[in-house]
Amino acid sequence: MSSRTSQTGDKVFSTTALVAGVLILVVLFSVAVFLLIQALPAFFADPSEVTGGEGFWSYIWPIVVGTVMAAAIALIIATPISIGVALFISHYAPRQLAQGLGYVIDLLAAIPSVIYGVWGITFLAVELEPVYEWLAQNAGWIPIFAGPASATGKTMLTAGIVLAVMILPIITSISREIFLQTPKLHEEAALALGATRWEMIRMTVIPFGRPGVISAVMLGLGRALGETMAVALVLSTGPLIASLIQTGNSTIAAEIALNYPEAYGLRLSELIAAGLVLFVITLAVNMVARWVISRHKEFSGANS
Amino acid sequence: MSKRIDVQDLNVFYGDFKAVEDVTIRIEARSVTAFIGPSGCGKSTFLRTLNRMHEVIPRARVEGKVLLDGDDLYGAGVDPVTVRSQIGMVFQRPNPFPTMSIRDNVLAGVKLNNKRISRSESDNLVERSLRGANLWKEVKDRLEKPGSGLSGGQQQRLCIARAIAVQPEVILMDEPCSALDPISTLAVEDLIDELKDNYTVVIVTHNMQQAARVSEKTAFFNIAGTGEPGRLIEYSETTDIFNNPKEKSTEDYVSGRFG
Repeated sequence: MSSRTSQTGDKVFSTTALVAGVLILVVLFSVAVFLLIQALPAFFADPSEVTGGEGFWSYIWPIVVGTVMAAAIALIIATPISIGVALFISHYAPRQLAQGLGYVIDLLAAIPSVIYGVWGITFLAVELEPVYEWLAQNAGWIPIFAGPASATGKTMLTAGIVLAVMILPIITSISREIFLQTPKLHEEAALALGATRWEMIRMTVIPFGRPGVISAVMLGLGRALGETMAVALVLSTGPLIASLIQTGNSTIAAEIALNYPEAYGLRLSELIAAGLVLFVITLAVNMVARWVISRHKEFSGANS
Repeated sequence: MSKRIDVQDLNVFYGDFKAVEDVTIRIEARSVTAFIGPSGCGKSTFLRTLNRMHEVIPRARVEGKVLLDGDDLYGAGVDPVTVRSQIGMVFQRPNPFPTMSIRDNVLAGVKLNNKRISRSESDNLVERSLRGANLWKEVKDRLEKPGSGLSGGQQQRLCIARAIAVQPEVILMDEPCSALDPISTLAVEDLIDELKDNYTVVIVTHNMQQAARVSEKTAFFNIAGTGEPGRLIEYSETTDIFNNPKEKSTEDYVSGRFG
Protein backbone atom coordinates (compact mmCIF):
# COMPACT_ATOMS: atom_id res chain seq x y z
CA MET A 1 0.00 0.00 0.00
CA SER A 2 2.63 2.46 1.06
CA SER A 3 4.83 1.51 -1.88
CA ARG A 4 1.96 2.30 -4.26
CA THR A 5 1.43 5.80 -2.82
CA SER A 6 5.14 6.52 -3.05
CA GLN A 7 5.09 5.35 -6.68
CA THR A 8 2.29 7.80 -7.43
CA GLY A 9 4.29 10.49 -5.69
CA ASP A 10 7.33 9.66 -7.81
CA LYS A 11 5.25 9.87 -10.98
CA VAL A 12 3.69 13.20 -10.03
CA PHE A 13 7.07 14.62 -9.13
CA SER A 14 8.88 13.42 -12.24
CA THR A 15 6.08 14.71 -14.48
CA THR A 16 6.13 18.10 -12.75
CA ALA A 17 9.91 18.31 -13.08
CA LEU A 18 9.73 17.33 -16.73
CA VAL A 19 6.99 19.89 -17.49
CA ALA A 20 8.92 22.63 -15.71
CA GLY A 21 12.08 21.76 -17.62
CA VAL A 22 10.33 21.63 -20.99
CA LEU A 23 8.47 24.87 -20.22
CA ILE A 24 11.75 26.75 -19.79
CA LEU A 25 12.97 25.49 -23.14
CA VAL A 26 9.66 26.36 -24.82
CA VAL A 27 9.68 29.91 -23.41
CA LEU A 28 13.30 30.45 -24.39
CA PHE A 29 12.67 29.06 -27.85
CA SER A 30 9.55 31.20 -28.36
CA VAL A 31 11.45 34.34 -27.33
CA ALA A 32 14.21 33.47 -29.77
CA VAL A 33 11.74 32.81 -32.59
CA PHE A 34 9.80 36.02 -31.85
CA LEU A 35 12.98 38.09 -31.84
CA LEU A 36 14.22 36.48 -35.02
CA ILE A 37 10.99 36.95 -36.99
CA GLN A 38 10.48 40.52 -35.84
CA ALA A 39 14.10 41.39 -36.41
CA LEU A 40 14.40 39.99 -39.94
CA PRO A 41 13.34 43.16 -41.79
CA ALA A 42 16.17 45.10 -40.15
CA PHE A 43 18.78 42.64 -41.41
CA PHE A 44 17.56 42.74 -44.99
CA ALA A 45 16.55 46.40 -45.23
CA ASP A 46 18.22 48.74 -47.69
CA PRO A 47 21.28 50.07 -45.78
CA SER A 48 20.34 53.68 -46.46
CA GLU A 49 16.97 53.24 -44.72
CA VAL A 50 18.47 51.96 -41.47
CA THR A 51 19.21 54.52 -38.74
CA GLY A 52 22.62 55.97 -39.46
CA GLY A 53 22.25 55.20 -43.16
CA GLU A 54 24.96 52.54 -43.36
CA GLY A 55 23.11 49.32 -42.71
CA PHE A 56 22.21 47.37 -39.60
CA TRP A 57 25.68 46.21 -38.58
CA SER A 58 27.24 49.65 -38.51
CA TYR A 59 24.18 50.78 -36.54
CA ILE A 60 24.45 48.02 -33.97
CA TRP A 61 28.23 47.84 -33.61
CA PRO A 62 28.79 50.95 -31.44
CA ILE A 63 26.04 50.07 -29.00
CA VAL A 64 27.27 46.49 -28.71
CA VAL A 65 30.67 47.82 -27.72
CA GLY A 66 28.99 50.29 -25.34
CA THR A 67 27.00 47.49 -23.72
CA VAL A 68 30.09 45.36 -23.21
CA MET A 69 31.99 48.39 -21.89
CA ALA A 70 29.36 49.26 -19.29
CA ALA A 71 29.10 45.63 -18.17
CA ALA A 72 32.89 45.27 -18.02
CA ILE A 73 33.26 48.38 -15.85
CA ALA A 74 30.53 47.07 -13.56
CA LEU A 75 32.16 43.64 -13.24
CA ILE A 76 35.67 44.97 -12.71
CA ILE A 77 34.41 47.10 -9.83
CA ALA A 78 31.81 44.74 -8.35
CA THR A 79 33.57 41.35 -8.47
CA PRO A 80 36.46 41.99 -6.06
CA ILE A 81 34.26 44.00 -3.70
CA SER A 82 31.56 41.31 -3.69
CA ILE A 83 34.00 38.48 -3.05
CA GLY A 84 35.65 40.49 -0.30
CA VAL A 85 32.34 41.30 1.38
CA ALA A 86 31.15 37.70 1.00
CA LEU A 87 34.35 36.37 2.60
CA PHE A 88 34.08 38.91 5.37
CA ILE A 89 30.52 37.87 6.12
CA SER A 90 31.20 34.13 5.87
CA HIS A 91 34.57 33.85 7.58
CA TYR A 92 35.62 37.00 9.41
CA ALA A 93 32.70 38.93 10.86
CA PRO A 94 31.30 38.01 14.28
CA ARG A 95 28.08 36.06 13.81
CA GLN A 96 25.64 38.87 14.70
CA LEU A 97 27.35 41.46 12.53
CA ALA A 98 27.48 38.94 9.69
CA GLN A 99 23.74 38.37 9.88
CA GLY A 100 22.95 42.08 9.90
CA LEU A 101 25.29 42.74 7.03
CA GLY A 102 23.76 39.87 5.07
CA TYR A 103 20.29 41.40 5.43
CA VAL A 104 21.50 44.82 4.32
CA ILE A 105 23.14 43.35 1.22
CA ASP A 106 19.99 41.41 0.35
CA LEU A 107 18.00 44.60 0.85
CA LEU A 108 20.13 46.34 -1.78
CA ALA A 109 18.88 43.79 -4.29
CA ALA A 110 15.28 44.77 -3.58
CA ILE A 111 15.69 48.42 -4.56
CA PRO A 112 14.06 49.08 -7.96
CA SER A 113 16.45 50.09 -10.72
CA VAL A 114 14.71 53.45 -11.23
CA ILE A 115 15.88 54.44 -7.77
CA TYR A 116 19.44 53.53 -8.66
CA GLY A 117 19.09 55.57 -11.83
CA VAL A 118 17.81 58.62 -9.96
CA TRP A 119 20.53 58.23 -7.36
CA GLY A 120 23.01 58.03 -10.24
CA ILE A 121 21.99 61.34 -11.81
CA THR A 122 21.12 63.40 -8.77
CA PHE A 123 23.95 62.32 -6.51
CA LEU A 124 26.69 60.17 -8.03
CA ALA A 125 27.06 62.07 -11.32
CA VAL A 126 27.28 65.41 -9.49
CA GLU A 127 29.83 64.09 -7.00
CA LEU A 128 31.95 62.45 -9.68
CA GLU A 129 32.06 65.48 -11.97
CA PRO A 130 35.10 67.10 -10.24
CA VAL A 131 36.82 63.70 -10.19
CA TYR A 132 36.39 63.44 -13.96
CA GLU A 133 37.74 66.97 -14.32
CA TRP A 134 40.81 65.96 -12.35
CA LEU A 135 41.22 62.73 -14.32
CA ALA A 136 40.98 64.58 -17.63
CA GLN A 137 43.72 66.98 -16.53
CA ASN A 138 46.10 64.51 -14.90
CA ALA A 139 45.44 61.19 -16.61
CA GLY A 140 44.14 62.49 -19.90
CA TRP A 141 46.93 60.75 -21.85
CA ILE A 142 45.21 57.43 -21.11
CA PRO A 143 42.55 57.14 -23.86
CA ILE A 144 39.78 56.10 -21.47
CA PHE A 145 40.28 59.28 -19.43
CA ALA A 146 40.69 61.64 -22.36
CA GLY A 147 39.08 65.06 -21.86
CA PRO A 148 37.19 67.26 -22.05
CA ALA A 149 35.29 65.77 -19.15
CA SER A 150 31.51 65.87 -19.22
CA ALA A 151 30.15 68.86 -17.30
CA THR A 152 27.21 66.88 -16.00
CA GLY A 153 29.03 63.72 -14.96
CA LYS A 154 26.49 61.65 -16.90
CA THR A 155 29.09 59.41 -18.49
CA MET A 156 29.88 55.79 -19.22
CA LEU A 157 31.96 55.50 -16.05
CA THR A 158 29.10 56.80 -13.90
CA ALA A 159 26.75 54.32 -15.56
CA GLY A 160 29.25 51.52 -14.96
CA ILE A 161 29.59 52.43 -11.29
CA VAL A 162 25.80 52.51 -10.84
CA LEU A 163 25.60 49.09 -12.52
CA ALA A 164 28.35 47.82 -10.21
CA VAL A 165 26.32 48.84 -7.17
CA MET A 166 23.28 47.13 -8.67
CA ILE A 167 24.98 43.79 -9.32
CA LEU A 168 26.92 43.80 -6.05
CA PRO A 169 24.14 42.24 -3.96
CA ILE A 170 23.52 39.27 -6.23
CA ILE A 171 27.20 38.38 -6.55
CA THR A 172 27.74 38.90 -2.83
CA SER A 173 24.83 36.86 -1.59
CA ILE A 174 25.46 33.90 -3.90
CA SER A 175 29.19 33.91 -3.13
CA ARG A 176 28.44 34.08 0.59
CA GLU A 177 26.16 31.06 0.38
CA ILE A 178 28.80 29.11 -1.55
CA PHE A 179 31.59 30.06 0.86
CA LEU A 180 29.48 29.00 3.83
CA GLN A 181 29.06 25.56 2.25
CA THR A 182 32.78 24.81 2.28
CA PRO A 183 33.04 21.49 4.14
CA LYS A 184 34.19 22.03 7.73
CA LEU A 185 36.34 18.96 7.22
CA HIS A 186 38.49 20.73 4.62
CA GLU A 187 38.73 23.96 6.57
CA GLU A 188 39.89 22.03 9.64
CA ALA A 189 42.39 20.09 7.55
CA ALA A 190 43.98 23.36 6.49
CA LEU A 191 43.93 24.87 9.98
CA ALA A 192 45.42 21.70 11.48
CA LEU A 193 48.37 22.02 9.11
CA GLY A 194 49.13 25.41 10.59
CA ALA A 195 47.34 27.62 8.08
CA THR A 196 46.32 31.13 9.08
CA ARG A 197 42.74 32.09 8.40
CA TRP A 198 43.61 33.71 5.09
CA GLU A 199 45.72 30.70 4.05
CA MET A 200 42.85 28.41 4.99
CA ILE A 201 40.54 30.50 2.81
CA ARG A 202 42.98 30.32 -0.09
CA MET A 203 43.49 26.56 0.28
CA THR A 204 39.91 25.46 0.78
CA VAL A 205 37.20 28.11 0.59
CA ILE A 206 38.19 29.76 -2.68
CA PRO A 207 38.94 26.56 -4.66
CA PHE A 208 35.73 25.04 -3.37
CA GLY A 209 33.68 28.14 -4.17
CA ARG A 210 35.27 28.98 -7.52
CA PRO A 211 32.61 27.47 -9.82
CA GLY A 212 29.86 29.03 -7.72
CA VAL A 213 31.53 32.43 -7.73
CA ILE A 214 31.90 32.26 -11.52
CA SER A 215 28.18 31.50 -11.78
CA ALA A 216 27.42 34.39 -9.44
CA VAL A 217 29.53 36.76 -11.55
CA MET A 218 27.75 35.54 -14.68
CA LEU A 219 24.36 36.25 -13.11
CA GLY A 220 25.64 39.71 -12.23
CA LEU A 221 26.91 40.15 -15.77
CA GLY A 222 23.52 39.11 -17.10
CA ARG A 223 21.87 41.82 -15.05
CA ALA A 224 24.47 44.41 -16.05
CA LEU A 225 24.04 43.60 -19.76
CA GLY A 226 20.28 43.78 -19.64
CA GLU A 227 19.81 46.69 -17.27
CA THR A 228 17.78 49.44 -18.94
CA MET A 229 16.39 52.00 -16.53
CA ALA A 230 19.53 52.93 -14.66
CA VAL A 231 21.64 53.28 -17.78
CA ALA A 232 18.90 55.09 -19.69
CA LEU A 233 18.63 57.61 -16.86
CA VAL A 234 22.29 58.04 -16.01
CA LEU A 235 24.00 58.00 -19.38
CA SER A 236 23.60 60.89 -21.77
CA THR A 237 24.00 58.81 -24.88
CA GLY A 238 26.01 59.62 -27.94
CA PRO A 239 28.30 58.07 -30.55
CA LEU A 240 30.92 55.49 -29.62
CA ILE A 241 34.05 57.01 -28.04
CA ALA A 242 36.94 55.53 -26.10
CA SER A 243 36.81 58.05 -23.27
CA LEU A 244 34.71 56.97 -20.31
CA ILE A 245 34.43 60.46 -18.86
CA GLN A 246 32.99 62.29 -21.87
CA THR A 247 29.39 62.42 -22.94
CA GLY A 248 28.84 59.59 -25.38
CA ASN A 249 28.36 55.88 -25.88
CA SER A 250 25.18 53.94 -25.43
CA THR A 251 24.08 50.43 -24.56
CA ILE A 252 21.65 48.12 -26.32
CA ALA A 253 19.25 48.11 -23.40
CA ALA A 254 19.29 51.91 -23.12
CA GLU A 255 18.89 52.27 -26.87
CA ILE A 256 15.77 50.10 -26.80
CA ALA A 257 14.30 51.75 -23.72
CA LEU A 258 14.83 55.28 -24.99
CA ASN A 259 13.55 54.73 -28.55
CA TYR A 260 10.91 52.02 -28.27
CA PRO A 261 7.93 54.26 -27.35
CA GLU A 262 8.14 56.17 -30.63
CA ALA A 263 9.31 53.39 -32.90
CA TYR A 264 7.28 51.80 -35.68
CA GLY A 265 7.95 49.88 -38.88
CA LEU A 266 11.60 49.38 -39.70
CA ARG A 267 12.79 51.29 -36.60
CA LEU A 268 10.88 48.78 -34.46
CA SER A 269 12.57 45.91 -36.27
CA GLU A 270 15.95 47.51 -35.66
CA LEU A 271 15.32 47.72 -31.95
CA ILE A 272 14.10 44.14 -31.78
CA ALA A 273 17.14 43.05 -33.76
CA ALA A 274 19.25 44.89 -31.19
CA GLY A 275 17.45 42.85 -28.53
CA LEU A 276 18.29 39.69 -30.46
CA VAL A 277 21.95 40.65 -30.49
CA LEU A 278 21.85 41.18 -26.71
CA PHE A 279 20.22 37.76 -26.36
CA VAL A 280 23.04 36.16 -28.35
CA ILE A 281 25.73 37.99 -26.34
CA THR A 282 24.21 36.82 -23.04
CA LEU A 283 23.95 33.26 -24.32
CA ALA A 284 27.57 33.30 -25.46
CA VAL A 285 28.75 34.68 -22.12
CA ASN A 286 26.91 31.94 -20.25
CA MET A 287 28.33 29.22 -22.47
CA VAL A 288 31.86 30.50 -21.92
CA ALA A 289 31.21 30.48 -18.17
CA ARG A 290 29.99 26.87 -18.27
CA TRP A 291 33.07 25.91 -20.21
CA VAL A 292 35.35 27.61 -17.69
CA ILE A 293 33.63 25.79 -14.83
CA SER A 294 33.76 22.38 -16.50
CA ARG A 295 37.45 22.63 -17.36
CA HIS A 296 38.48 21.70 -13.80
CA LYS A 297 35.76 19.22 -13.06
CA GLU A 298 38.12 16.45 -11.95
CA PHE A 299 39.49 18.67 -9.22
CA SER A 300 36.21 20.23 -8.14
CA GLY A 301 34.91 19.87 -4.61
CA ALA A 302 31.93 17.94 -5.94
CA ASN A 303 33.54 14.52 -6.09
CA SER A 304 34.82 14.38 -2.55
CA MET B 1 61.58 15.74 16.66
CA SER B 2 59.04 14.28 18.99
CA LYS B 3 58.26 15.99 22.27
CA ARG B 4 56.57 15.14 25.54
CA ILE B 5 53.21 16.67 26.47
CA ASP B 6 52.34 17.63 30.04
CA VAL B 7 48.78 18.66 30.74
CA GLN B 8 48.05 20.30 34.09
CA ASP B 9 44.56 20.82 35.55
CA LEU B 10 42.91 21.38 32.20
CA ASN B 11 39.24 22.38 32.01
CA VAL B 12 37.46 22.81 28.69
CA PHE B 13 34.30 24.91 28.28
CA TYR B 14 31.78 25.40 25.50
CA GLY B 15 30.35 28.73 26.56
CA ASP B 16 29.11 28.09 30.11
CA PHE B 17 29.07 24.33 29.72
CA LYS B 18 32.05 22.55 31.21
CA ALA B 19 32.87 19.72 28.81
CA VAL B 20 36.06 18.36 30.36
CA GLU B 21 37.17 18.76 33.96
CA ASP B 22 40.52 18.68 35.68
CA VAL B 23 42.66 16.60 33.37
CA THR B 24 46.28 16.12 34.36
CA ILE B 25 48.23 13.75 32.18
CA ARG B 26 51.77 13.21 30.90
CA ILE B 27 52.09 11.89 27.37
CA GLU B 28 55.53 10.44 26.68
CA ALA B 29 57.52 11.23 23.53
CA ARG B 30 58.00 8.48 20.93
CA SER B 31 55.09 6.44 22.12
CA VAL B 32 51.48 5.79 21.19
CA THR B 33 48.93 6.91 23.75
CA ALA B 34 45.29 5.95 23.31
CA PHE B 35 42.23 7.76 24.69
CA ILE B 36 39.21 5.53 25.16
CA GLY B 37 35.79 6.08 26.67
CA PRO B 38 32.07 6.20 25.84
CA SER B 39 30.67 8.73 23.34
CA GLY B 40 30.43 12.25 24.71
CA CYS B 41 33.01 11.68 27.44
CA GLY B 42 35.15 14.54 26.13
CA LYS B 43 38.08 12.57 24.75
CA SER B 44 37.89 14.15 21.28
CA THR B 45 37.34 17.57 22.82
CA PHE B 46 40.36 17.06 25.01
CA LEU B 47 42.45 15.87 22.05
CA ARG B 48 41.61 19.04 20.17
CA THR B 49 42.85 21.21 23.01
CA LEU B 50 46.30 19.68 22.52
CA ASN B 51 46.76 21.62 19.28
CA ARG B 52 44.21 24.36 19.95
CA MET B 53 41.87 23.08 17.25
CA HIS B 54 38.97 23.49 19.68
CA GLU B 55 39.28 27.23 19.03
CA VAL B 56 37.61 26.66 15.66
CA ILE B 57 34.37 26.08 17.57
CA PRO B 58 32.79 29.38 18.63
CA ARG B 59 32.89 30.09 22.39
CA ALA B 60 35.11 27.10 23.20
CA ARG B 61 37.87 27.90 25.71
CA VAL B 62 40.22 26.22 28.14
CA GLU B 63 41.68 26.82 31.58
CA GLY B 64 44.89 25.16 32.63
CA LYS B 65 48.20 24.39 31.02
CA VAL B 66 49.38 22.24 28.15
CA LEU B 67 53.18 22.04 28.06
CA LEU B 68 55.08 20.79 25.03
CA ASP B 69 58.53 19.93 26.44
CA GLY B 70 57.92 22.67 29.00
CA ASP B 71 56.56 25.37 26.65
CA ASP B 72 52.99 26.38 27.43
CA LEU B 73 50.81 26.16 24.32
CA TYR B 74 48.39 28.62 25.91
CA GLY B 75 51.06 31.06 27.04
CA ALA B 76 50.68 34.75 26.23
CA GLY B 77 51.77 35.54 22.70
CA VAL B 78 51.70 31.95 21.49
CA ASP B 79 50.12 31.80 18.04
CA PRO B 80 47.76 28.84 17.50
CA VAL B 81 49.07 28.68 13.93
CA THR B 82 52.56 27.89 15.23
CA VAL B 83 51.16 25.33 17.66
CA ARG B 84 49.35 23.53 14.87
CA SER B 85 52.36 23.42 12.63
CA GLN B 86 54.18 21.56 15.41
CA ILE B 87 51.31 19.32 16.41
CA GLY B 88 49.66 17.70 13.40
CA MET B 89 46.22 16.18 13.30
CA VAL B 90 44.46 13.38 11.43
CA PHE B 91 40.67 13.45 11.44
CA GLN B 92 37.86 10.95 11.73
CA ARG B 93 36.93 11.17 8.07
CA PRO B 94 39.70 11.34 5.49
CA ASN B 95 39.87 14.94 4.27
CA PRO B 96 42.39 15.41 1.47
CA PHE B 97 41.93 18.75 -0.32
CA PRO B 98 39.66 17.86 -3.26
CA THR B 99 40.99 20.60 -5.50
CA MET B 100 44.61 19.48 -5.16
CA SER B 101 46.57 16.62 -6.68
CA ILE B 102 48.06 13.90 -4.48
CA ARG B 103 51.41 15.61 -4.71
CA ASP B 104 50.03 19.02 -3.78
CA ASN B 105 48.12 17.50 -0.88
CA VAL B 106 51.36 16.17 0.60
CA LEU B 107 53.05 19.53 0.09
CA ALA B 108 50.14 21.65 1.32
CA GLY B 109 51.45 22.16 4.85
CA VAL B 110 55.07 22.56 3.78
CA LYS B 111 54.19 25.29 1.32
CA LEU B 112 52.52 27.21 4.14
CA ASN B 113 55.48 27.13 6.47
CA ASN B 114 58.26 27.49 3.95
CA LYS B 115 57.16 29.12 0.74
CA ARG B 116 60.25 28.46 -1.36
CA ILE B 117 61.08 24.86 -1.97
CA SER B 118 62.98 23.57 -4.99
CA ARG B 119 61.51 20.99 -7.32
CA SER B 120 64.01 18.27 -6.35
CA GLU B 121 63.58 19.00 -2.65
CA SER B 122 59.82 18.79 -2.96
CA ASP B 123 60.06 15.57 -5.02
CA ASN B 124 62.16 14.06 -2.24
CA LEU B 125 59.79 15.22 0.44
CA VAL B 126 56.74 13.87 -1.39
CA GLU B 127 58.38 10.47 -1.79
CA ARG B 128 59.63 10.39 1.80
CA SER B 129 56.27 11.37 3.26
CA LEU B 130 54.31 8.95 1.09
CA ARG B 131 56.73 6.14 1.92
CA GLY B 132 56.38 7.12 5.58
CA ALA B 133 52.63 6.70 5.21
CA ASN B 134 52.98 3.36 3.34
CA LEU B 135 51.29 4.86 0.33
CA TRP B 136 54.15 5.45 -2.10
CA LYS B 137 53.87 2.18 -4.04
CA GLU B 138 50.15 2.65 -4.62
CA VAL B 139 50.25 6.23 -5.88
CA LYS B 140 53.72 6.85 -7.32
CA ASP B 141 52.40 6.70 -10.90
CA ARG B 142 49.52 9.10 -10.34
CA LEU B 143 50.90 11.88 -8.18
CA GLU B 144 49.25 14.51 -10.37
CA LYS B 145 45.77 12.96 -10.03
CA PRO B 146 43.29 14.36 -7.48
CA GLY B 147 43.56 12.95 -3.97
CA SER B 148 39.80 12.51 -3.81
CA GLY B 149 40.06 9.71 -6.39
CA LEU B 150 41.74 7.36 -3.89
CA SER B 151 39.94 4.81 -1.72
CA GLY B 152 38.99 5.78 1.83
CA GLY B 153 41.95 3.98 3.39
CA GLN B 154 44.36 5.48 0.87
CA GLN B 155 42.90 8.94 1.48
CA GLN B 156 43.45 8.53 5.21
CA ARG B 157 47.06 7.50 4.64
CA LEU B 158 47.42 10.49 2.31
CA CYS B 159 46.24 12.68 5.19
CA ILE B 160 48.85 11.08 7.43
CA ALA B 161 51.50 11.72 4.76
CA ARG B 162 50.36 15.34 4.63
CA ALA B 163 50.63 15.58 8.42
CA ILE B 164 54.13 14.07 8.61
CA ALA B 165 55.44 16.10 5.65
CA VAL B 166 55.70 19.14 7.91
CA GLN B 167 57.71 17.06 10.42
CA PRO B 168 55.61 17.80 13.47
CA GLU B 169 56.58 16.94 17.04
CA VAL B 170 53.29 15.24 17.78
CA ILE B 171 50.56 13.63 15.68
CA LEU B 172 47.02 13.64 17.04
CA MET B 173 44.55 11.17 15.56
CA ASP B 174 40.83 11.54 16.15
CA GLU B 175 39.30 8.11 15.50
CA PRO B 176 41.35 7.75 12.31
CA CYS B 177 39.94 4.34 11.39
CA SER B 178 36.26 4.72 12.22
CA ALA B 179 35.35 5.42 8.57
CA LEU B 180 37.59 2.66 7.15
CA ASP B 181 37.13 -1.01 6.31
CA PRO B 182 39.11 -3.67 8.26
CA ILE B 183 41.88 -4.02 5.66
CA SER B 184 42.50 -0.27 5.51
CA THR B 185 42.29 -0.14 9.30
CA LEU B 186 45.06 -2.72 9.49
CA ALA B 187 47.20 -0.68 7.11
CA VAL B 188 46.73 2.45 9.21
CA GLU B 189 47.43 0.56 12.46
CA ASP B 190 50.67 -0.82 11.03
CA LEU B 191 51.56 2.71 10.07
CA ILE B 192 50.85 4.04 13.59
CA ASP B 193 53.19 1.39 14.94
CA GLU B 194 55.97 2.68 12.67
CA LEU B 195 55.23 6.34 13.39
CA LYS B 196 56.02 5.99 17.08
CA ASP B 197 59.71 5.53 16.27
CA ASN B 198 59.83 9.19 15.30
CA TYR B 199 56.74 10.89 16.66
CA THR B 200 54.61 11.24 19.71
CA VAL B 201 51.28 9.76 18.67
CA VAL B 202 47.99 10.35 20.49
CA ILE B 203 44.99 8.44 19.20
CA VAL B 204 41.33 8.65 20.17
CA THR B 205 39.49 5.44 19.43
CA HIS B 206 36.15 3.79 20.03
CA ASN B 207 37.64 0.44 19.25
CA MET B 208 39.16 -1.12 22.37
CA GLN B 209 40.96 -3.85 20.45
CA GLN B 210 42.60 -1.11 18.47
CA ALA B 211 43.75 0.68 21.61
CA ALA B 212 45.09 -2.63 22.92
CA ARG B 213 46.90 -3.33 19.65
CA VAL B 214 48.58 -0.01 18.97
CA SER B 215 49.16 1.84 22.23
CA GLU B 216 51.68 1.66 25.04
CA LYS B 217 49.59 3.69 27.44
CA THR B 218 45.85 4.15 27.59
CA ALA B 219 43.74 6.85 29.20
CA PHE B 220 40.12 6.07 30.08
CA PHE B 221 37.68 9.00 30.09
CA ASN B 222 34.13 8.89 31.43
CA ILE B 223 31.18 11.09 32.36
CA ALA B 224 29.06 10.76 35.45
CA GLY B 225 25.89 11.53 33.46
CA THR B 226 24.40 13.75 30.74
CA GLY B 227 25.34 17.38 31.26
CA GLU B 228 28.24 16.45 33.54
CA PRO B 229 31.80 17.19 32.47
CA GLY B 230 34.05 14.41 31.19
CA ARG B 231 36.90 13.32 33.45
CA LEU B 232 40.08 11.31 33.13
CA ILE B 233 39.32 8.24 35.20
CA GLU B 234 42.41 6.13 34.80
CA TYR B 235 45.69 6.43 32.94
CA SER B 236 48.21 3.66 32.89
CA GLU B 237 50.08 1.07 30.81
CA THR B 238 47.71 -0.37 28.20
CA THR B 239 48.17 -3.92 29.52
CA ASP B 240 47.19 -2.75 33.01
CA ILE B 241 44.11 -0.91 31.76
CA PHE B 242 42.84 -3.96 29.94
CA ASN B 243 43.96 -6.73 32.30
CA ASN B 244 44.29 -5.17 35.68
CA PRO B 245 42.33 -1.89 35.94
CA LYS B 246 42.24 -0.11 39.28
CA GLU B 247 38.90 1.59 38.82
CA LYS B 248 35.59 -0.22 38.74
CA SER B 249 34.23 1.88 35.83
CA THR B 250 37.33 1.16 33.74
CA GLU B 251 36.84 -2.52 34.27
CA ASP B 252 33.16 -2.28 33.37
CA TYR B 253 34.00 -0.38 30.19
CA VAL B 254 36.87 -2.54 28.91
CA SER B 255 34.97 -5.73 29.67
CA GLY B 256 32.05 -4.41 27.60
CA ARG B 257 29.59 -4.05 30.46
CA PHE B 258 28.65 -0.53 29.34
CA GLY B 259 29.45 2.08 26.73
